[in-house]
Amino acid sequence: MSTGLLTLFCAAAFVLVWWLARSRARSIEQANRGQRLHSRPVYHGVYVALLTVIPALLVVVAWAIAEPFYLSKIMSAALPPDVAARPAGEQSLVLLVINSLADGWSRLTAADIAQVREAGPDVQRMLAAKDIFLPSAPEGWMVDIARDVSQAKSVSRLLATGVTVLAAVGGFFYGWRKVATGLRARNLVERMMLLGLMSASAVAIFTTIGIVFSVLFESIHFFSMVPVTDFLFGTVWDPRFSAAGSDSSGQFGVLPLLWGTLYISFFALLVAVPVGLMSAIYMSEYANERVRTVAKPMLEILAGIPTIVYGLFALIAFGPFLRDFGGSLGLDISANSVLTAGIVMGVMIIPFISSLSDDIISAVPQSLRDGSYGLGATQSETIKQVVLPAALPGIVGAVLLAASRAIGETMIVVMAAGIAANLTANPFEQVTTMTVKIVSQLTGDLEFNSPQTLVAFALGLTLFVITLGLNVFALHIVRTYREQYD
Amino acid sequence: MADITADPARTRARAWNSDEARARTRKRYAAERRFRMYGIAALCFATAFLVILFTTIIGTGWTAFLQSKFLLNVTFAEDVIAPDGKRDEQTLRLANWDKIARTALYQVIGANEADRKERKDANELLSRGIDVQLRDMVLASPDLIGQTKPVWLLAQGNVDALLKGAIDRDIPEDRRQLNNRQLAWVDAAVDKGILAKKFNTGLFTFGASSQPETAGLLVAIVGSFFMMLTVALLAVPIGVAAAIYLEEFAPKNRWTDLIEVNINNLAAVPSIVFGLLGLAVFISFMGLPRSASLVGGLVLTLMTLPTVIIASRAALTAVPPSIREGALGVGASKMQAVFHHVLPLALPGIMTGTILGLVQALGETAPLLMIGLVAFVVDVPSTPLEPATALPVQIYMWASSAERGFVERTAGATIVLLGFLFIMNALAVFLRRRFERRW
Amino acid sequence: MDAAVAEKPARFETVMTPAEPAIMKERKPKIVTEGVTVHYGDKQAIYPLDIKIPDRAVSAFIGPSGCGKSTFLRCINRMNDTIPTARVGGRITIDGEDIYDPALDVVQLRARVGMVFQKPNPFPKSIFDNIAYGPRIHGFARNRTDLEEIVVNSLKRAGLFEEVKDRLESPGTGLSGGQQQRLCIARAIAVNPDVILMDEPCSALDPIATARIEELIDELRENYCIVIVTHSMQQAARVSQLTAFFHLGTLVEVGDTEAMFTNPQERRTQDYIMGRFG
Repeated sequence: MSTGLLTLFCAAAFVLVWWLARSRARSIEQANRGQRLHSRPVYHGVYVALLTVIPALLVVVAWAIAEPFYLSKIMSAALPPDVAARPAGEQSLVLLVINSLADGWSRLTAADIAQVREAGPDVQRMLAAKDIFLPSAPEGWMVDIARDVSQAKSVSRLLATGVTVLAAVGGFFYGWRKVATGLRARNLVERMMLLGLMSASAVAIFTTIGIVFSVLFESIHFFSMVPVTDFLFGTVWDPRFSAAGSDSSGQFGVLPLLWGTLYISFFALLVAVPVGLMSAIYMSEYANERVRTVAKPMLEILAGIPTIVYGLFALIAFGPFLRDFGGSLGLDISANSVLTAGIVMGVMIIPFISSLSDDIISAVPQSLRDGSYGLGATQSETIKQVVLPAALPGIVGAVLLAASRAIGETMIVVMAAGIAANLTANPFEQVTTMTVKIVSQLTGDLEFNSPQTLVAFALGLTLFVITLGLNVFALHIVRTYREQYD
Repeated sequence: MADITADPARTRARAWNSDEARARTRKRYAAERRFRMYGIAALCFATAFLVILFTTIIGTGWTAFLQSKFLLNVTFAEDVIAPDGKRDEQTLRLANWDKIARTALYQVIGANEADRKERKDANELLSRGIDVQLRDMVLASPDLIGQTKPVWLLAQGNVDALLKGAIDRDIPEDRRQLNNRQLAWVDAAVDKGILAKKFNTGLFTFGASSQPETAGLLVAIVGSFFMMLTVALLAVPIGVAAAIYLEEFAPKNRWTDLIEVNINNLAAVPSIVFGLLGLAVFISFMGLPRSASLVGGLVLTLMTLPTVIIASRAALTAVPPSIREGALGVGASKMQAVFHHVLPLALPGIMTGTILGLVQALGETAPLLMIGLVAFVVDVPSTPLEPATALPVQIYMWASSAERGFVERTAGATIVLLGFLFIMNALAVFLRRRFERRW
Repeated sequence: MDAAVAEKPARFETVMTPAEPAIMKERKPKIVTEGVTVHYGDKQAIYPLDIKIPDRAVSAFIGPSGCGKSTFLRCINRMNDTIPTARVGGRITIDGEDIYDPALDVVQLRARVGMVFQKPNPFPKSIFDNIAYGPRIHGFARNRTDLEEIVVNSLKRAGLFEEVKDRLESPGTGLSGGQQQRLCIARAIAVNPDVILMDEPCSALDPIATARIEELIDELRENYCIVIVTHSMQQAARVSQLTAFFHLGTLVEVGDTEAMFTNPQERRTQDYIMGRFG
């Protein structure tokens, strides 16, 4: 059954049960004239409907999670010993073939199956015509396993349907019998709603856990092939896309990428911090209403432009411009230089710094400014010597958040920075970043279990750890700062 | 008490009118003006960059909305299209459509059909996509067979480039994309009015193509639409529910503190990391199809969730406690107070925040690259499970194409993307203005 | 801050006290205003106001909240300039010099007219830097020794030196409320003003700290023209020689403090002092 149909069915069941239970509650109220229900009939309806649908849904979800494990266990157990001894990567391919065969089993005729068993030359094409797409040609022995798996699957489905219906019916009758004048249906329903709200807020936690585990898991996988120390302290990045199975897998030193990332981010901050901070100061301390109504939306537009557009601008206009400009000065500036990516990224971060700093500067109490003016300070003296020092922790926090954003920025560097992993201090040359390499290692045809692709997760982990550290630290600073003036 | 006259401050303060003091005051005011100028300069820098960025993109991209087309009197000759008299779909699909278009072209430009070299030159003026165009016309109305009808047919990318001034006529023939003969034909055709730049509907109706003139955004637009739909259907209810819990019900304890810190951090996690999550969880672990817009939508949902939660919480906080107290005072339960009174009042703010979240999701590229949305998809997907791409990803793919014709299309696609973003932002601003309530 | 504005135009005319206060005979007038008005946007906060404030004495402005006394105080060192919508009319002179003269430098004016605010507002810097701030920006000190001398002298005159001499480098925000307020007074003294304006300097302090500040004000009276805005009539009676009573943006009555509290001329002053409104 498709997901859409299932949802529709659930909704229909929900409405039906709700209506039935509500009517029951009403008739009970009518029968016990004079004795009002604790909760309005509607709540009784919702209560019973929830009791019917939720257990059934839980069963469906649990089954959907458990079934693949069960099936893969059957498969692994049935593998011939020589296949079972193969490395995990090849084995997963075999399992994939068997699984696809099992999925399409019902569409195969006896003749087709015989053809597969003989492993004829055109089997793959024949199967493709029946919507069974295989990554590699099946071997004869796979047929039996596929049949077993497909049978196990249909049994499992049947069982699943039975248990689901049982859960629904059980829930329904349990609820149905509880409907009575004294039933605190509203409280119960509200408790369930609260549970729902709580689980929604837990999604954020699960996302973080998901990120940590997925990145960590694949990174551990990577580090089983390439030593951690080689990754962390290696100064050469050269992950040759070698043929599978060859033993030279290249070098995966993260240092050149880390250097490139930090170097470009440094230039970005070099542009963004002064411009963003001065804009914020001007807007919050000097600008009149008219300037503000123009400048604020301008910065918001700058913030709303997708990074891909900045990247495109750097690629088609700013990079070539810098190269030609450098050429006219006799400088050899690469179109994909550190400078190109850094400056464009800096502009992208300007609104980020300016809006955060604006908030922070506005939070500095007016009394401090008054105190300074009262001593005869000019406005700029007040800002430089009283307001900014007072706002410093907050501004440091804002800059760190901006740094974290620059380090994690992808599209600008993918389009405007180089791809060669240089360890150079020359801002006119190309460097590359961790994000560029994550993209380049994971796009295109990939073999999932090679170090060349898995290194992307190790890079992702490094990126995540760095940015998380910066974020936690920066958010903590900003929070403490805000509390100071609240 | 200290001796006042000995105080250096006193002695110097008395001399406000000394030259030294005046010079110092002048210097201080100069510093004041300089500081103010830095602020103006910073704003000017940002403004100038914005203006240059927009003029560059629009200047490069506006031509993508025009495409050169030939007006040809195409004869849908039955002996070419359906020589054996059958008009079933199979026959029509395989018919030699190029031939009928080329015949019409040879006539108008006066090319000698017998000369192989000349024929080849002439053929190169028409796009390779015209067979699809003619075929679809006839498939839509088979009565056309046997008739002659004027049709605007796509010119080849180089012709288009020439008309848009992107090809230099002065460079030597052997290095030019169009030879002298082709140049003469094109000029003559333009003079006759049978070759002209028309509005480029193809940009919005074609899918991926290796030829710039038949490459369009439809797949990307549909893909982006599916993703936005997924985000709206998932991120909004989950985000609002989470915000309601955290703002209205959550006790102040370690657990909610953790969720709070966690949400703020998630909002700052690099988007590409969400792509890695999507790849590892949705594709490798759950086995959802690569390149599907559903997976893109799920990843963007997780990415947008913190934004929606933070915006919704702000909207909920803005509702004054007196509303809650009022509802509780007439005997409503807390849940009823929230859903009947607080939530409706916070709705405009929540909507605005949600749209801003969608805007962020629509412009996001990096995570989508991770989950295979960089695919060459010709057919328009009809469900979110089919392969698709997204608008920003399409820009990325076109930007990395070597062909010249893709440069203007890349910028054109950017204009389309910015257009969508502009509309959504305008909607958010409208909602804010229309429903904003000050307490 | 008494930025709140009288809702209705003044129902009463400004009444000049019939006789010149006795204190004005002993001291020369430091600050003289003629027809000063203040508008915030469309609202008028001060109706034409004339007053003479004596040098080397403490003058107290009293009156109910929103009567315009703080607003008027902020006119004297042009702090109202920092509020974009505020407009000041009329004429204020200090030592005969019009402080709203376009040729006059606000920065210099504020150095000559120091101000202490309602809430202690030490800068988030060390105690030393708090006091050195003013002399530094005005270039009073040629070298570190000069600066140290100014800081120490100011602290001594504010009666704070003994309490903080061992921790001049610790942050000023770490002091107690009363100490912070004395630090702010020391900070104002450090630029050696002629006039010190105090806007309810004790309203955020406990009684002991208040007593300490009042003592200090009394000592400072010998060298400065001090104007203090206060809510507390007792405080006005304790520290001031001249008292001005404000109501609804008008100056109702000015007189010697003693005379004012024992024998007010105006009905409204009497009512206020008796606690009938406020």
